[in-house]
Amino acid sequence: MNLLASLSPIYAEFFLLVMVSVILIADLFIVNQAKTMTYLLVQASLLGCSLITVFTHQAGIAHLFNHMFVDDMMSDVLKLLTYLSVSMMLVYSRSYLLARGLFTGEFMALALFATLGMMVMISASNFLSLYLGLELLALSLYAMVALQRDSATATEAAMKYFILGAMASGFLLYGMSMVYGATGSLDINRISQVIQHGAPNQTLLVFGLVFIVSGLAFKLGAVPFHMWVPDVYHGAPTAMTMFIGTAPKLAAFAFVMRILVESMQPLMIHWSGMLMILAVMSMAVGNITAIAQTNLKRMFAYSTIAHMGFLLVGVMSGTIEGYGSAMFYAVVYVLMSLGGFGMIMLMSREGFEADNINDFKGLNQRSPWLAFMMLLLMFSMAGVPPTVGFYAKFSVLNAALQAGHIQLVIMAVLFSLIGAFYYLRIVKLIYFDAPESHEKIYIQPDSSLLISINGLAVLALGILPGTLMSICAVSVQQSLLH
Amino acid sequence: MIFGYHLLSVVIWLPIIFGLLVLATGNDRNAHLARVIALVGAILSFLVTIPLYTGFDRMTSAMQFVVREDWIVRFNIHYHLGIDGISVLFVLLNSFFTPLVVIAGWKVIEKRVAQYMAAFLIMSGLVNGVFASLDAMLFYVFWEAMLIPMFIIIGVWGGPNRVYAALKFFLYTLMGSLLMLVALLYLYQQSGGSFAILDFHRMPMPSLNAQILVFIAFFMAFSVKVPMFPVHTWLPDAHVEAPTGGSVVLAAIMLKVGAYGFIRFSMPIAPDASHYLAPVMIALSLIAVVYIGLVALTQADMKKLVAYSSISHMGFVTLGFFIFNAYGMEGALLQMISHGFVAGALFLCIGVLYDRVHSRQIVDYGGVANKMPVFAAFFMLFAMANSGLPGTSGFVGEFMVIMGAVKANFWYAFAAASTLIFGAAYTLWMYKRVIFGAVANDHVAHLHDIGTREIIVFSLLAISVLGMGLYPLPFADIMHASVNDLLVHLATPKVLN
Repeated sequence: MNLLASLSPIYAEFFLLVMVSVILIADLFIVNQAKTMTYLLVQASLLGCSLITVFTHQAGIAHLFNHMFVDDMMSDVLKLLTYLSVSMMLVYSRSYLLARGLFTGEFMALALFATLGMMVMISASNFLSLYLGLELLALSLYAMVALQRDSATATEAAMKYFILGAMASGFLLYGMSMVYGATGSLDINRISQVIQHGAPNQTLLVFGLVFIVSGLAFKLGAVPFHMWVPDVYHGAPTAMTMFIGTAPKLAAFAFVMRILVESMQPLMIHWSGMLMILAVMSMAVGNITAIAQTNLKRMFAYSTIAHMGFLLVGVMSGTIEGYGSAMFYAVVYVLMSLGGFGMIMLMSREGFEADNINDFKGLNQRSPWLAFMMLLLMFSMAGVPPTVGFYAKFSVLNAALQAGHIQLVIMAVLFSLIGAFYYLRIVKLIYFDAPESHEKIYIQPDSSLLISINGLAVLALGILPGTLMSICAVSVQQSLLH
Repeated sequence: MIFGYHLLSVVIWLPIIFGLLVLATGNDRNAHLARVIALVGAILSFLVTIPLYTGFDRMTSAMQFVVREDWIVRFNIHYHLGIDGISVLFVLLNSFFTPLVVIAGWKVIEKRVAQYMAAFLIMSGLVNGVFASLDAMLFYVFWEAMLIPMFIIIGVWGGPNRVYAALKFFLYTLMGSLLMLVALLYLYQQSGGSFAILDFHRMPMPSLNAQILVFIAFFMAFSVKVPMFPVHTWLPDAHVEAPTGGSVVLAAIMLKVGAYGFIRFSMPIAPDASHYLAPVMIALSLIAVVYIGLVALTQADMKKLVAYSSISHMGFVTLGFFIFNAYGMEGALLQMISHGFVAGALFLCIGVLYDRVHSRQIVDYGGVANKMPVFAAFFMLFAMANSGLPGTSGFVGEFMVIMGAVKANFWYAFAAASTLIFGAAYTLWMYKRVIFGAVANDHVAHLHDIGTREIIVFSLLAISVLGMGLYPLPFADIMHASVNDLLVHLATPKVLN
């Protein structure tokens, strides 16, 4: 009994693992083409996970399994947002995938395995568990991208994703092994202590850091390790692109926090400079290249790169303020990109992908409400108030300025001005141009409701951003209080 | 007081709520309903601003009708509203124009009526928010948010080159705004964690260099909106492509927002930098007055002509600010109000012609007076006001600014006064070519005079223009205390030496 109670921080992970196994088997007996039952089971598991996470929440930091696993406020908040994001992704992509025959049990099981991987990543407190979570996530994602077997582009995307992802994992492992060599430990807290009080070999340590940062940059898609992002985003079926572009960013944020901040905070002078370069290059390349794109998924890919640059600005500030703002940025980014990809899927029909920016021409005349939602999402991505995207940029810039990086702030501002152009172009297509087809847009009621909630949330959080901001700030603060 | 504490909130949110209501009427089958709701909303929104004038205490320069609530506690941002003798006039001006714009677009706008009306109502509320904000972030949010409806207005209902104009308008202003954001964040940190504009005014800024940088950042934002000389090129494009209502709001309201920014932010926050950079500002203002006046003379398109004339008149405003005396400052503020009436009216006049002939080229007209005598009379009055004829509102502000300029430096005044000649030249020459002479072509021959709806709009504007010209005291009186206080503040250096 005592043992069981002491395991309460990891109940959610256990529950999900059991549920995935059940779903995998149960799915064999569900013959219904629409897989409604499986779908409901998956949503129920996610709901169950959220309930468990909420009810097992406790103040302070709990460690389990010899400091392999940590449960703190940041992990709980990020996990809840991950469930929400995965669940929204499933709602958005259901009819899209059904129309393409991809809404299978495997897809849903893989999505849940990826979710489990993210949960492990978020709660990892040891390089090994971090890596385990990361690989569980990554392997599921490779398979998801490749799920559309008869599509050459999807297969190509999966191949690229796999090879480059494997290389990034290699970098990461190599870096981790060097850090292990220098400090003699894989435990995040222990490493931090050794770096602070012991006398580890600095050369080895910094070399390890370089490899780790490169690996992280690969996973985040920061320039110059961004090459896979546009191809994978473009090639994968939109539902998979949405999956890759949303929840894993939350996990990646946790990953950055655990590895750079919690374990290697004393090396900040080293990694902060690296992140600054990555951030500036990402914002530059992302925003400028996005202008030239005519494919919406590719444009979102470059926009993601730019957004990750912005997120890194928050992290590299190296203050609690900065980490809190980066977390807020990640959350807001996930919300916006769910809406953005959701819109592409809503506009697509059987045998037709609405991923060319011209498919959005004259949307205002076909469906004013959808047009308005897209307007909100685009202005939010561009960072124009009163949408929440503005506050994300605002808090990041504030943190960077507080840390004294005024040149970086001015650069960030100028790049986001360039970025505003391509978001505005979408608004222009929607509102100013005449539609190319007058075909009626047929939307499932559930995804139509969800896109409305999503769009209005972007506005509502923009009018009252205080609560979410505080949650992010407080949870980062809590998890850093050792 | 009907709404008591929350009067200013009502002034801001009432038009926005009506805007959303109008949007809810849906597609063009309910166009008439949309128009009616919009008109009711616009008139109500104007009526609720009247207590701001009648209940205003002229004796004090303090903020009045203050509303202060927590908003984003983490960053110490407040929902903080209040108006002084300067901003009250602009809130009134803006709310006065909303019904006029709705009426002006009554028949002309046929596609997506609800969205058109809603955009104007929402923008009106947001502009009121800009003028009434006492918290810098609240100001910034309103300031940026008002770009969105304007962007849509130009882009959807504008002329053939509307997309280019809308994007140019948005990106120009966004560039300025983003640099202002950096300045606001800097001030937030320097002030020890406050976004209150009045705290920014009071906080010490002992370094002249810092003041200059802050001033430049604000300058980027406000000079684009005014617009001042080197960054004015978006305005003619935006005006030419915008629908009539859009042009009216741009000229009457949007430009004022930029000038207002100078007196609310740049000058009181960085007074020493303002003095230090005043020669540059004066030079830019005089270039706008003289050079843009000459540019206006050569225009073949009526809207472009009035657009350039606006830039030239706004040059007067910035000139008045940066000579730092009471005549200049009050003259500039009066000029802003007057220019709102006059430029708004002129764009409406051009709109009347455009609706009938679908051309804005001066050469396509001639002898309009023969067919539209009533219209010609109104147009005459506004043209005279634009050239600064005594007895119209245009005279008061220009005269006071010139008086102020004489006190500062004779040559400033000399250059500025040249506008009385250029202004008269380009306005009256246009007027002559369009209105007088023989009937030029078939289009003009088939013109019919303005109807009741248009007469109401023009009468209201004519009364304002003449009223302000003959008896400017009610306008000047309300701003005295605030202007004096501002001048005293500007005369107190923040730099210690």
